[in-house]
Amino acid sequence: MRSSASRRKLLSSAFVVFCAAAVVVALIPLAFILFFVAARGLSGLNLQFFTRMPVPVGESGGGMANAIVGTLVLAGLAALMALPIGIASGIYMSEYARSRFAGAVRFAADTLNGVPSIVIGVFAYGVAVLPFRQFSALAGGFALGVMMIPIIARTTEELLLLVPGSMREGALALGATRARAVFTVVLPAALPGIVTGALLALARIAGETAPLLFTAFNNRFFTTKLTEPISSLPVQVFTYALSPYEDWQRQAWAGALVLVLIVLACSLAARIATRRLERMHARG
Amino acid sequence: MTESIRRYCRWLACAAVAAVSGASAAAAVQIHGAGATFPYPIYSKWFAEFNKLRSDVEINYQSLGSGAGIRQLTKGTVFFGASDGPMTDEQLRAAPERILHFPTVLGAVVPIYNLPVASLTFSGPVLADIYLGKITKWSDRAIVALNPGVELPSLEITVVHRAEGSGTTYIWTDYLAKVSSDFKDTVGVAQAVRWPTGLGARGNEGVAGVVKQTRGSIGYVEMVVAIHSGIAYGAVVNSAGNAVKATTESVTSAAAEIARVMPSDFRVSITNVSGKSAYPIASFSWLLLVEDSRNKPAAKIMVEFLKWALTEGQKFAPSLGYAPLPDSVVRLEMAALARVKTS
Amino acid sequence: MRRKGRADLGFRCTTGAFASLVVVIVCAIAVVLVMDAWTSIQKFGLAFWYTSVWNPVTGEFGALPFIWGTLYSSVLALLIATPISLGIAVFISELAPEWLQQPLVFLTELLAAIPSIVYGLWGVFVLVPAVRWAEGSLPDRVRELPFFAGPPLGLGLLSAALILAIMVIPFTASVARELLKTVPAAQREGAYALGATRFEAIRAALFYARSGIIAGIMLGFGRALGETMAVTMVIGNSPQVSLSMFAPHYTMAAVIANEFAEASDELYLSALVEIGLVLFLVTLVVNTLSRVLIWTMSRSATAALEPDVAAAA
Repeated sequence: MRSSASRRKLLSSAFVVFCAAAVVVALIPLAFILFFVAARGLSGLNLQFFTRMPVPVGESGGGMANAIVGTLVLAGLAALMALPIGIASGIYMSEYARSRFAGAVRFAADTLNGVPSIVIGVFAYGVAVLPFRQFSALAGGFALGVMMIPIIARTTEELLLLVPGSMREGALALGATRARAVFTVVLPAALPGIVTGALLALARIAGETAPLLFTAFNNRFFTTKLTEPISSLPVQVFTYALSPYEDWQRQAWAGALVLVLIVLACSLAARIATRRLERMHARG
Repeated sequence: MTESIRRYCRWLACAAVAAVSGASAAAAVQIHGAGATFPYPIYSKWFAEFNKLRSDVEINYQSLGSGAGIRQLTKGTVFFGASDGPMTDEQLRAAPERILHFPTVLGAVVPIYNLPVASLTFSGPVLADIYLGKITKWSDRAIVALNPGVELPSLEITVVHRAEGSGTTYIWTDYLAKVSSDFKDTVGVAQAVRWPTGLGARGNEGVAGVVKQTRGSIGYVEMVVAIHSGIAYGAVVNSAGNAVKATTESVTSAAAEIARVMPSDFRVSITNVSGKSAYPIASFSWLLLVEDSRNKPAAKIMVEFLKWALTEGQKFAPSLGYAPLPDSVVRLEMAALARVKTS
Repeated sequence: MRRKGRADLGFRCTTGAFASLVVVIVCAIAVVLVMDAWTSIQKFGLAFWYTSVWNPVTGEFGALPFIWGTLYSSVLALLIATPISLGIAVFISELAPEWLQQPLVFLTELLAAIPSIVYGLWGVFVLVPAVRWAEGSLPDRVRELPFFAGPPLGLGLLSAALILAIMVIPFTASVARELLKTVPAAQREGAYALGATRFEAIRAALFYARSGIIAGIMLGFGRALGETMAVTMVIGNSPQVSLSMFAPHYTMAAVIANEFAEASDELYLSALVEIGLVLFLVTLVVNTLSRVLIWTMSRSATAALEPDVAAAA
């Protein structure tokens, strides 16, 4: 009896050690990568990087201003397309959760979430580039938007489901239409989560390279028309990193660092938004 | 809270729009091109210099690869293309419009290696056999024969090639197919081929990177890349029997040989040319234009640009590691530019 | 009352219309892929799935090496990542002190935040040389096994699997962590009351949440299958079917990324799109399988699953 008890205790301790080791093992590459990117990228980060445009090799002082703005524009386009569709789908899936169609939508959203970004790039090329014989910011925004939709839809749905039924029922009992009940009562309650979902979806697409290669193309200059190719950080980093010139490589690392920081900022903002809005609602 | 978020988003959107519209010239025309990675450095220099001369013109070039340049030009998604390998008759037939080739610079593909030796000499057949997987060790008799007195280790050769389709691959396979009928039958000449052996790396820089890291490896990259990466590259025995290392002189002399027999459409291969000091793995890099484009103003601009690049622009070539075009070829091209319809 | 009914109907139709767009997009992807791959489908038929040749010059295309490379790297990544993810999830939710939990959650999410291309660059400069050294240091007896055959290049399946594992860990870990939170306290306390060790109590909790955890693992798997940029930079890009982890391989996503922009003739391009179609179908199957798994497990469980677990799954 005693030996089996001590064996079980040993097993348990070993397990605890394993779990702690797992955390360390996961964090080591993280530390490595961050250190690696920061070490190489910091030297390239200066005001010029953010404000100047790319210059040819041999000239100093170029920047990635057009790529940074391009990434913001693409993210904006993607959000413009994905937010209405995602939120409305989420509302449908939560309000009519038991209907067969909602099940189909849920399955479609999960499938879409699992589609590799490169396949979406091929799809967007066939749908948004070829028919118009033009690479464009719109095509890039479309590809990224398609990737954002399922994340926003599912997050919205889950959070709306978490809102206590009593709130919804109370509104309906007072004679409100379903729409009114959702928009004035349920949705505001779930808003922090929806914002989180949107920010997480943004974080997901901010670093995507593959779908943009075939849609937004790239642009050495600022883009004035959305029907023209547009630059973006991931593609520019990719182009420069695979070049033989030190100056360009340094800028690529700086660009990679900026990318990591952007994605980090989105994730952080998502957390902060969640916590502050929760606190606000707890008070109110 | 939501109100302040909304306000912040609005500010961000305005800032982005302002940045986009304010930063570009008022009515700048943008022309887009895609193609080879090899000329990317000098093209980006040229387009920047040209933009200084004509601030209302912004030419945007993206190096997706020679094949991509040809494909996107054929599909009409870009206005001009660039390739290190001329379009095949089939590709030209498949294009809906007539496409013209204009050589802009000269390049060379060199064999890079990672061995603790000072310098190596290769020959075409030896390179072909290495890339066919027939020669597998550095101590092989054939390699030793070309390098008397050099201590070659009995190391396995790790072959590196390009993962994606590229003009560099086209030039390399074009040369190897000329010097080895076995290579021609087994592999063929194209931007993307089925390699009998070896690893695929992305981009010239990718190949250089892998070779740098892997002891006993061999790869092929553009001369410019090898020089800038500081990686050792070997000499190649040319058709006259001399071991020639790629330099701007040996490359230009390869092109000068061909000027006498240049076809009118400029689609010519200059690998394995005759000539005592000609480097055997050299090639033109072409800019591709549609002969009769719907966008006549853009065509006019591109012709103006080419005229500048073929004359003024050539002086930027040597400092960037490219070989300038021989005068004889430039003369032929300036005349040929009249073929592009600008009105 | 009737006005309310009509307003409600309008609401349902409007949101339903948006929701149906999601279904439309998924169907559109399938349709466009099939249409663009039609030339290749017609020419090669089913043989495409088991042919090993990929020759753009002669026009012979087969997807087998890419399917092999994708599955091998993803499964290996999963084998590496799952225990680590579960260990992290358990540590954060069960074993770590209060003050450590949030920072650790944040740090794991950081792993997910790093863009794929950054992973690729780090992989080329740091991971591949390390793997090359490790491969070279293995004793010769081990090197004779087919799984470890071949020269130590560093670039190859093992590096790809390692990078994929690192990229997958945050997904599986966060799903597992959320699920462990939903296990009712009563169940855990009951286990301790019966004299269970920490390990045994946690094992019971993991078993309770198993269907959601499996869903999380499948989610990670799906992610690994489609990963492009990080993989193409470290896997060696060499289409072959080999048992060796040290050998360079090629994945479906990588070949599309490398050759799509170039493919200049109809057949070549449609063969690449067909590979995209294969990838789409594979991820579809994995996704469906995981849902079926959850559904059958939730039916056979004696205790009814909490709605949040089902929702999270």
